[in-house]
Amino acid sequence: MPQVALFLLVSLIKVVLVIFILLTAVAYTVWLERKVVGRMQNRWGPTRVGPFGLLQPLADGLKFILKEDLLPPHVNKPLYIAAPMIAVAMALLSISLVPFGGTITIHGYTTPLQITGLMNHGVPVDINIGLLIILGVTSIGVYGIALAGWSSNSKYSLLGGLRASAQMISYEVSLGLSLVGVLILTGSFSLREIVNHQAGSILNWNFFGGLQFVAFFIYLTSAYAETNRIPFDLPEAETELVAGYHTEYSAMKFAMFFMAEYANMVTVACIASILFLGGWSGPVPSFLPPILQSLVPVFWFCLRIFGFLFLYIWVRGTLPRFRYDQLMAFSWKFLLPLSIANIMITALVVALK
Amino acid sequence: MLHEILFFFFAAGCVAGAINLLAQKHPINSALSLIVVMASLAGLFLLMGAEFVGAIQVIIYAGAIMVLFVFVIMLLNAGIEEHTKGSKIAIILGVPGAAVVATLITWILLRTETSNTPISIGQLHGTGADIGRLLFGPFLLPFEVTSVLVLIAIMGAVVLARREDA
Repeated sequence: MPQVALFLLVSLIKVVLVIFILLTAVAYTVWLERKVVGRMQNRWGPTRVGPFGLLQPLADGLKFILKEDLLPPHVNKPLYIAAPMIAVAMALLSISLVPFGGTITIHGYTTPLQITGLMNHGVPVDINIGLLIILGVTSIGVYGIALAGWSSNSKYSLLGGLRASAQMISYEVSLGLSLVGVLILTGSFSLREIVNHQAGSILNWNFFGGLQFVAFFIYLTSAYAETNRIPFDLPEAETELVAGYHTEYSAMKFAMFFMAEYANMVTVACIASILFLGGWSGPVPSFLPPILQSLVPVFWFCLRIFGFLFLYIWVRGTLPRFRYDQLMAFSWKFLLPLSIANIMITALVVALK
Repeated sequence: MLHEILFFFFAAGCVAGAINLLAQKHPINSALSLIVVMASLAGLFLLMGAEFVGAIQVIIYAGAIMVLFVFVIMLLNAGIEEHTKGSKIAIILGVPGAAVVATLITWILLRTETSNTPISIGQLHGTGADIGRLLFGPFLLPFEVTSVLVLIAIMGAVVLARREDA
């Protein structure tokens, strides 16, 4: 088979596999959230469908597909239909830049464990500006929510959309600036290089060795706001806005917003582990066959992501919602100065070393 | 070959977005067309090897600034635009004016274009490291002056928006 066709085939397999695993992960994050929050609130969570309610995501998905897809008469039709598509497309797009591990060799063909990566003289490389592209894609994803709020032509939706766009712009600033410390330490935007830079022991991680724990805190907080999670879920605050920007959405269109939110959570967790927690680094036992040896790092990576998702749920079960002025003041008066101070100190340390 | 196809794809997106921006009656549709223009420009930057500028174009212009545009349009709940006498004059004078400007630019470009040797992406100076070295090396003074200019604009906005009694 010619080299180009083989490359395309392998890329296609990777795309299908990653999207399938991501969507499954999204569905089971919802299950995990209901289960964990249930236990935190002295409830059982889903128990009826399958053992431990494990088939609940399937039942939910079926219900979303089979329900009537209402198109309210008062909406701006093209934008109303496009908005959930933008949200879910941008959420799925950003995962394509995330590296999940080193390389894998099957029947003599070596390929990096990443959709947008290729082998260059036997070394896996990815896009030079991977991190920037992820930030760009995330910033386009805001339109999904903003337009959903506007095109629904309902005051609750509009307020939700307005809140979402204001909140996401504010927190994007501190989110972007919190990454600069890591970039100064690494000297590259490439996600793969950032991970390679932290290889070795746990002390090489940017969180410990790079002393980026302040940046990590800022990133985590901003990421919660970017993904509209409690305590920053004001765009969909149900006590004030019914359901915020997706009030007028039903069936699969509503599910698309839901999927986008959880897919964004997964991506944010991926970025956090790559930038601060050493990516897929971890002990790889050498007695395993080569294929398993290349998949063990993926397991370590997924373990970190699971940790982040659990933290998300834990925070949801613990913290109450912010007030809107508190939310804005927290971003501009606390996180922004803190992240600039972090950049200055990191730059000073790097310059003096 | 692929390079040309991509160039014409993004160039067409850019021009179509710009024309649609003018043709649309509703401000939010115009703003969305402007996003298409910005994103296509980012594609053109990437084709020229200016990967950092391309990515920043998406993050800052298509992402942040246009979200603010859309935000303001949503906040003011702006309706369909009205055509006044001034806008009709603008159409009558603007179309020939735009044609003249486009012809001039094409003419100048065709006259000054001397080198046709293709160079590969790697030979261009577009990576983040290159841009950083340029900004903090030979262009340090303009860079800092621009940042002061932006700071002045921000302070001006704060002064204008501040309440009288505070």
